Amino acid sequence: MTLSGDPLVRLAGLEISVRDAQGQDKIIVRDISLEVQPGEVLALIGESGSGKTTIALSMLGYTRGACRISGGTVEVAGHRLDGLPEARLRGLRGRVVSYVAQSAAAAFNPMLPIMRQVIEPALVHGLMTREVAEDKARGLFRALALPRPDTVGDRYPHQVSGGQLQRLMAAMALITDPALVIFDEPTTALDVTTQIEVLKAFKAVVRDLGTTAVYVSHDLAVVAQIADRICVLRDGMVQEQGRVEEILFLPRQDYTRALVAAAAARVPAAPMPDLPRDAGDPPLIQMRDVVAGYGGVDAQGNPQVRILGGVSFAIERGKVLGVIGESGSGKSTLARVVAGLHAPASGRVNLDGYTLEGEIRHRDKEQLRRIQLVFQNADTALNPAVSVGEAIGRPLTFFHALRGTDRKAEVVRLLDLVRLPAALAGRLPGELSGGQKQRVNLARALAARPDLLLCDEVTSALDPVVAEAVLDLLIDLRRELGLAYMFITHDIGIVRAIADEVMVLYGGVPVELASHEALEGPLHHPYTRLLMASVPELRPGWLEAANSAFSCGSSAGAGHAAGCRFFQRCAISRPGLCDVLDPAVHVGAGQTIACHLGFDGLQAAPRIAQGAIPA
Amino acid sequence: MNTVPKSGVAHEAQALKIRRRRFNVSLLLGGTTIIFWLIVALVGPMVAPHAPGQVVDLDVFSPASSALPLGSDYLGRDVLSRMLIASRFTVSIALLATLLAATVGVFCGLLAASSGWIDAIFSKLFDTLSAVPSLMFGLVVIGSLGASIPVLIGTLATVYSPGAFRTSRALARNIAVLDFVTVARARGETLSYIVLREILPNLVGPLAADFGLRFVFVTLLLSGLSFLGLGVQPPNADLGALVRENIAGLGFGAAAVLVPTFAIASLTIGMNMVIDAVSGGRRAGGRR
Amino acid sequence: MIAKRVGGALLTLFLLSLVVFAMSLLMGGDAAEAMLGQNATPEALAGLRAAMHLDQPSWQRYLAWLGGLLRGDLGVSLITKLPVSTLLAPRLLASLQLAGLTAAVSVPLALFLGILAAVRRGSLLDRAISMATIGVVSVPEFVIATLMVLIFAVRLHWLPALSSSRDFSSLHDVVRVFTMPVLCLACVVMAQMIRMTRAAVCDALDSSYVEAARLKGVPPRRLVLGHALPNAIGPIVNAVALSLSVLLGGVIVIEVIFNYPGVARLMVDAVSTRDLPLIQTVAMIFSAAYLMLVTSADIVAILCNPRLRHR
Ligand SMILES: Nc1ncnc2c1ncn2[C@@H]1O[C@H](COP(=O)(O)OP(=O)(O)O)[C@@H](O)[C@H]1O
Ligand code: SF4
Ligand SMILES: [Mg+2]
Repeated sequence: MTLSGDPLVRLAGLEISVRDAQGQDKIIVRDISLEVQPGEVLALIGESGSGKTTIALSMLGYTRGACRISGGTVEVAGHRLDGLPEARLRGLRGRVVSYVAQSAAAAFNPMLPIMRQVIEPALVHGLMTREVAEDKARGLFRALALPRPDTVGDRYPHQVSGGQLQRLMAAMALITDPALVIFDEPTTALDVTTQIEVLKAFKAVVRDLGTTAVYVSHDLAVVAQIADRICVLRDGMVQEQGRVEEILFLPRQDYTRALVAAAAARVPAAPMPDLPRDAGDPPLIQMRDVVAGYGGVDAQGNPQVRILGGVSFAIERGKVLGVIGESGSGKSTLARVVAGLHAPASGRVNLDGYTLEGEIRHRDKEQLRRIQLVFQNADTALNPAVSVGEAIGRPLTFFHALRGTDRKAEVVRLLDLVRLPAALAGRLPGELSGGQKQRVNLARALAARPDLLLCDEVTSALDPVVAEAVLDLLIDLRRELGLAYMFITHDIGIVRAIADEVMVLYGGVPVELASHEALEGPLHHPYTRLLMASVPELRPGWLEAANSAFSCGSSAGAGHAAGCRFFQRCAISRPGLCDVLDPAVHVGAGQTIACHLGFDGLQAAPRIAQGAIPA
Repeated sequence: MNTVPKSGVAHEAQALKIRRRRFNVSLLLGGTTIIFWLIVALVGPMVAPHAPGQVVDLDVFSPASSALPLGSDYLGRDVLSRMLIASRFTVSIALLATLLAATVGVFCGLLAASSGWIDAIFSKLFDTLSAVPSLMFGLVVIGSLGASIPVLIGTLATVYSPGAFRTSRALARNIAVLDFVTVARARGETLSYIVLREILPNLVGPLAADFGLRFVFVTLLLSGLSFLGLGVQPPNADLGALVRENIAGLGFGAAAVLVPTFAIASLTIGMNMVIDAVSGGRRAGGRR
Repeated sequence: MIAKRVGGALLTLFLLSLVVFAMSLLMGGDAAEAMLGQNATPEALAGLRAAMHLDQPSWQRYLAWLGGLLRGDLGVSLITKLPVSTLLAPRLLASLQLAGLTAAVSVPLALFLGILAAVRRGSLLDRAISMATIGVVSVPEFVIATLMVLIFAVRLHWLPALSSSRDFSSLHDVVRVFTMPVLCLACVVMAQMIRMTRAAVCDALDSSYVEAARLKGVPPRRLVLGHALPNAIGPIVNAVALSLSVLLGGVIVIEVIFNYPGVARLMVDAVSTRDLPLIQTVAMIFSAAYLMLVTSADIVAILCNPRLRHR
């Protein structure tokens, strides 16, 4: 990359302010100066609310709602965008600069067929005829590795998966051969295994077309794959700018260091020593062959829509079971079954050897007390009309009949336990930050003095640095209180850090159950391998080295009557066997795998299973 | 996360203050109007200078004078005294009917939100009720039961309970799927605790706005019925009835017809202003 | 899905017939008493009851009534002793003329103003439209009609205060008869439609896909007509249907004020004289019309939405 020549994008002293309902201006982005050279990919990184999107949109001369550019200059491809009249800007948008939105699912018009929307930029700018544009679009669909490139354009957005929509949106952005493309968190809403496919597709077209791009993300590891340079933002200001290697390996600012530390693979917590127990003691919680779903149940006890198909596992006292799988794989349903919110169609859940009833109202209070639920979204998990003290106090009254000053003292103790000041007790949830809400959420569950916490994606909605702190708290609490967790997440890194045992769900079926040690070992179910190989690593060049040769297609294998659910995506499948018979369960040391190949078969295909074949 | 600069906090507090002030203008105007009419309804008849039925002027539709501040009506009665008594009828009937509609609607709405088959039955029932145009429904009921004040209140409440039902059901259903309700259910809380302590507190604001809106609709329908001569019957009169009986004075702009007309308008517009101020002007036009 | 909607509407209509019929049971006394008056002999009453099948149990009478309705036999007016259908036919035609004309004027105008207000959100025009519609929505129909009479008939003498004439020999007559009632009704109906159309279009304009389209360089007209409007069709059609059903109610007051010889006038008189067969029939007709409007709006919304169309 040469630093000579004119930059394609030049922001100088950019300031953006928002006017509130009273006509008061408030600055949300200040003194941004940055440049992007032709052919370069610049990443804007920062936590939510740091101004990434606002800055990115300014490169289209666009500001949202009541925002406006209140100072500085924006130059793109020789055009001064600040202060340019709307009609002139319209001529540049979609032709000189184009935009790939965070959620393609929302950014596609649900009423119009996809092709019409993809070629629209070319048509409104009068760049080509409809036929030429459609041909070009199909070419881009192919370049972006979309399945069925010739017909996907005839579909409506709701008929296409999220990962495909994101690529279709990129095709729409690229159809006019713009000088600059802005990607705003294009893979944030996707599963890791889908993310890697989309990232590869993006990287390939950006490289082949020599596109200049600005890539907005909160994920340092993703950015490391796709960008040449990184600009770190915080509170609307630039913290640090530099080449990818500089930021990753020689961060200068404290904030950047924290960001890099949060993104780096965690050191696994010291494993919990086994609690003293008799050999004959049943596990704390045990699930056996649980089938659950929606709709009526047929004669064989199978629900119309099957979400969970035969799940078995056990959690000992004080142990952590990590449950991992992509969205829709049945993780939350599993937690709901344990909590009694969703009665299983068949199978049983035992607590200390006693079978729990399927529904809450048939369980006794003691059983309810011992299992507590913590949700992902702290915003909806706390009642906005109920104060923090009342929210934490209610389980104290309900389960332990605590009232008055006793209850108050206990609330303070619980707040302290989750490292929150006692003064917060009088506040309403709306006055707390995301991290604080999640701690209150946790304190409320702890108030019941449970034996088992069901944690459903408790850190997913938080910014990396905050999520890190909450995770540390969970690890500490476990040590202090001897709690057992069922820890649900889509992030295999977190599972590695916290779990004693890991269950991998695919399509509602556990494909692998592995102890902490076995998880670090070499032999895994093909889906587990794919999952592990899909998590971006914090080093440039990882994406090129990674391959998805053992994954083809991205449609989850739903609607299978029999056979392995992973069949359609499995590169080492045995047609005629895998798609006909349900895979047998093979038990190894600290590990069970549901795959026809078994341990020997998986060993025999090591090159593939370990991802050694270049893409 | 506590990284908001000090100036930002101060700024936000100031912005909040200004927002309050602005929303107070609309609230103040509307609120004063509503309170004014409530007071008139409460004490008005007690301070009325004349009996409502007493003929005090030989001249009909006479203009305002010091003796008759709002002039006389089509029979030569004191318009001010009649206005005072009519306001009581309009406000109290409308208020009672709205209260009844809201109570029934909200109760059934919450019940429906918590159970599938109850929901199916209630929804169909209220759908059926709202399939009759409101004024037509009033006509049918009054046609068969006669126009007495209890029938009037019952009719008005029946016509507008489906709306209250639908609103509270939709609101409650939206809240019932939120995680904090699930947490309460998982804790083993009773249905009544969940509905009363977890769901209802979050409904108070929107339901109050809905109540106001319904009060407007009820007032309009009541006035319409009375205007047709099917509402409050002589010798009593509400505001709509005053407009009806004095309609002949319209040609020369008699206060007897204009004052009740504007009274109805101020009552309903005032209520709308309050609702708009409280709900931040996000209310979409509902169905009358 | 469409079949489900139609089935639901039919079920509602059936339940409604039960409610309307039940009203006649609530009425003190029965139709025979009402017809013969206070001083009828018991024998005469009994004779008439038998003749009218009033001695049968109520469910039999309900079935007979419903069957009659379905066959187009609407019963006999208690007061005039004429078949309800004879009384109703000319009135219904007149009412339909009024409602049809109003719809023809108000729907296009309201959609235009609603979309305009949404596109020019926050402008002076938008605020003026918003104030006017709130004002009109807050005020009873008869107040609007009264004010119009005051202005156009009493002060300006442009138009007659009454529209009872059925003499349509010239265009001039037609204009004179219809202008005021149509104007009043349109005012009332449009206020609703404008507010709901504006809200629907505003929602669509605020969406991510419209922002995305704007960032593609799509010009404003295409943004509104090509991107926002298709998404607002469902709510707008619904708004139109609801507003037209408001028309069904508003037409009553307006017909009375202008002495327009439509169904409503007949209905109000029937209520005063408690002529139940007439009331029941008119109520059923109005409700059926309402259900037809709302159901067709639902169906249009389904047909317009690819998510509902392509399952
Ligand atoms: N239309 C708007 N009105 C008011 N504040 C806004 C608006 N858009 C963004 N902001 C504020 O600007 C800041 C930066 O927002 P954004 O650029 O979306 O951040 P990011 O993309 O990094 O999450 C946030 O504090 C946000 O609340
Ligand atoms: S059973 Fe077959 S298809 Fe399924 S993971 Fe194993 S090899 Fe792949
Ligand atoms: Mg963003």
